[in-house]
Amino acid sequence: MQLTVWTYEGPPHVGAMRIATAMQGVHYVLHAPQGDTYADLLFTMIERRGQRPPVTYTTFQARDLGKDTAELFQQAARDAYARFQPQAMLVGASCTAELIQDDPAGLAEAMRLPCPVVALELPSYQRKENWGAAETFYQLARRMCADTVPAPRPDGGRPTANILGPTALGFRHRDDVIEITRLLDRLGIAVNVTAPLGATPADLARLGDADFNICLYPEIADTLCRWLERRFGQKTVRTVPIGHGATRDLIAEVAAIAGVDATVALDTSNLPWWSRSVDSTYLTNKRVFIFGDATHAIAAARVARDELGFEVVGLGCYNREFARDLRVAAALYGVEPLVTDDYLAVEAAIQTLQPELVLGTQMERHIAKRLRIPCAVISAPVHVQDFPARYAPQMGFEGANVLFDTWVHPLVMGLEEHLLTMFRDDFEFSDAGGASHLPSAPLPLAGGVGGGPVSTANYDGTSPPLTPPRAEEDLWSADAERELLKIPFFVRGKARRNTEKFATERNLSTITLDTLYDAKAHYAR
Amino acid sequence: MPATTPGCDAAPVLRERGQREVFCGLTGIIWLHRKVQDAFFLVVGSRTCAHLLQSAAGVMIFAEPRFATAIIEERDLAGMADCNEELDRVVDRLLARRPDIKLLFLVGSCPSEVIKLDLTRAAARLSVKHAGVTKILNYSGSGIETTFTEGEDACLAALVADLPADTTDAPSLMIVGALPDVVEDQFLRLFADLGIAPVHVLPARRADDMPPVGPHTRFLLAQPFLGETARTLEDRGARRLDALFPFGAEGTTDWLHAAARSFGIDEMHFRRVIAPGRERAKRAIEHSRDRLAGKRITFLPDSQLEVPLARFLATEAGMIPVEVGTPYLHRRHLAGELALLPAGTLLSEGQDVDRQLDRLRAARPDLTVCGLGLANPLEAEGLTTKWAIELVFSPIHGFDQAGDLAELFARPLRRRDVLRV
Repeated sequence: MQLTVWTYEGPPHVGAMRIATAMQGVHYVLHAPQGDTYADLLFTMIERRGQRPPVTYTTFQARDLGKDTAELFQQAARDAYARFQPQAMLVGASCTAELIQDDPAGLAEAMRLPCPVVALELPSYQRKENWGAAETFYQLARRMCADTVPAPRPDGGRPTANILGPTALGFRHRDDVIEITRLLDRLGIAVNVTAPLGATPADLARLGDADFNICLYPEIADTLCRWLERRFGQKTVRTVPIGHGATRDLIAEVAAIAGVDATVALDTSNLPWWSRSVDSTYLTNKRVFIFGDATHAIAAARVARDELGFEVVGLGCYNREFARDLRVAAALYGVEPLVTDDYLAVEAAIQTLQPELVLGTQMERHIAKRLRIPCAVISAPVHVQDFPARYAPQMGFEGANVLFDTWVHPLVMGLEEHLLTMFRDDFEFSDAGGASHLPSAPLPLAGGVGGGPVSTANYDGTSPPLTPPRAEEDLWSADAERELLKIPFFVRGKARRNTEKFATERNLSTITLDTLYDAKAHYAR
Repeated sequence: MPATTPGCDAAPVLRERGQREVFCGLTGIIWLHRKVQDAFFLVVGSRTCAHLLQSAAGVMIFAEPRFATAIIEERDLAGMADCNEELDRVVDRLLARRPDIKLLFLVGSCPSEVIKLDLTRAAARLSVKHAGVTKILNYSGSGIETTFTEGEDACLAALVADLPADTTDAPSLMIVGALPDVVEDQFLRLFADLGIAPVHVLPARRADDMPPVGPHTRFLLAQPFLGETARTLEDRGARRLDALFPFGAEGTTDWLHAAARSFGIDEMHFRRVIAPGRERAKRAIEHSRDRLAGKRITFLPDSQLEVPLARFLATEAGMIPVEVGTPYLHRRHLAGELALLPAGTLLSEGQDVDRQLDRLRAARPDLTVCGLGLANPLEAEGLTTKWAIELVFSPIHGFDQAGDLAELFARPLRRRDVLRV
């Protein structure tokens, strides 16, 4: 048993729902107990969809167990077909139904419904949401195009590509698709099918017609892309176009595969100039900690170091399926990879590293808030505010613009904070005024979420245990302590740590004003 | 009390089963853990359970909540002995990290019940181990057993079995149901002013403060979803005072009156004590009355609060209930409420969500009370909605919340009217 409060991913059937909800003409009959319909509100509230997800739940109860849950399933499937007339149906079990072993696959097959029915095997006690989505997408697409014969490209027709991976409840998937479609169009490449987002099962049957595939979100599309390579000999574009450089790489890769001229699309983002402008000089070597799904985390690390001049001090992901890719990337930046789905391990790593900026998920946003470190969101899971009304891609050139603004913004806020603190003794700045964007009461640096009742058993040893930074408070002389408070809050934690380390290494019993500045000189970079 | 017009007390109830768009009882943990300040709720379940709690708890999940899920994994399913050992290990570590926890609930889920993990025995075993420090109880919040607020019912019923016996001969009053502290304090002040004592609440705010129960205990249900808790209290000799539920000026008056009558409080004194609150409530409801009067409202099943709330909206705000759906209809506890619902109101129990939505689309009421999974899709169809879960989390009981309660229903209608997009 794993003791947990927060989970980065839902169960695999939620992944299957993300595929069904993204598509048109698909209906998912889920053998599940009463209550599992909670997942609907992820789509209707967080993503703010105006339709119910196309999911029918059997909602069995205790009194149904042991007699007619199988019949209940067949009835639900029959009713769902009659009411929604889908082009294809998905059937499967949630975690509880998996235990009662009703076999939705066999039951559905026996019904001989007049549409393709794909039975999903989603092992709820081993796998999670992203895996469930990838598997569902693969099984459905495979079923729809297993026996198809690709249509030959008409003479003089444009090269075509499939965009694979965008789903419902995907972080910025809606706008990424628009951005990449526009980019392909500029290269003279037509999009054959974008899937699963907005596609029908009939569209999936045409996947083989494309010249190549763009694996936009490997977490969702990688399994299918590998199969399509074997089935149709299609090549896969694997560059994830997050950031200015990666977008140019994607263009080059696509142009090479499609045999088109890349230069027409080598439009540019504002990022290079914004980043070179002198106003950005203070970003140099800002220490950044990055965590999220592997794809977004790895892409963010490249942008952070190469395009904004940050120093990557931590890199991690929560989806073990892509741990190998993440480890390769971490080696590139000379940092310990952190592969964990235990947010306490992430918190411990952040606390130890004392970065100046955290790029992560909704959870890292809250960890950073507690530790008073600026933060921006780069990956799911995210909350409602990260499904914005405005156009906000992460990918392509416009995506690079969005990244620059989003990541630099909390730092600018940090500088504002610093200026306010510097001038707080001036009469026009009220001492009680506090921060412009943070709670004014000082938050505890130690404990926090980490004081919660969550297992530490899964620590992989790469992240040190939680150590309260204020444990050695008596080390500090009064004037040094006062001086420390003059240091802006967003580097204060690091300064405190460094000074204490410095003092410990030299067996100093007291940290004086001089110790503080000796340490500063020692660690000056 | 308004004169009883031909109501719904004898009306036939449409009973349906099919897909139910409802929460399971685990959701009750979200408000129960706030109420009992030194209790911890450990769900023994799957990743789905943890994900549900996370989705339902919203940002609360970041505030060091006193609940967690022990997620059953593949290897736990291999053999039962292993599962119990694992649970013991998890509980030991949890209590070592949180020595402030005085009461631990092991909360059963669908997966734990299907694999027949015996949490009652686990609780007994662990209680012995942690005796003197932490009391360990168990109940089921699974979807196969409980719907949404029934999780609180199951939790309180487990508490009742563990309450100390009241050995005194004097009558005492118990308010049953977790209420927001501010509401609870208002009620306690009113009972004190009426001269009723002692008054206890279940659940109490601290584990070592739970009320005694005995043959002289009289109890008032503050919530309509406490059937099992009431039965367990009656098994221990306590007696339920029949009343309307304390929503609105009339409901609150009737609820207080039941206690006053039972404790022999002078009628004039009763009127005098409650008059200010009752008048305030009526004035506050007036603010929303124009917006609500004559409007048709449908409740989809969610919390069992539907019948008393429909009664309040009909008798005090002039609304017209079209269909009142409830996950479970407790006829005896709701008898007074049903008698006050306008004749012709369609009562439904249980749900077949697609069929119910067909009825809803045909009736097109002015306001639909429903869950978050349905609210936006219905708004997109042009129906105005009020999401139901807010009614469970917000203070809505008693005189001084009556205006807020009416406002919760008036606001979506006002918004519908002000928007020009």
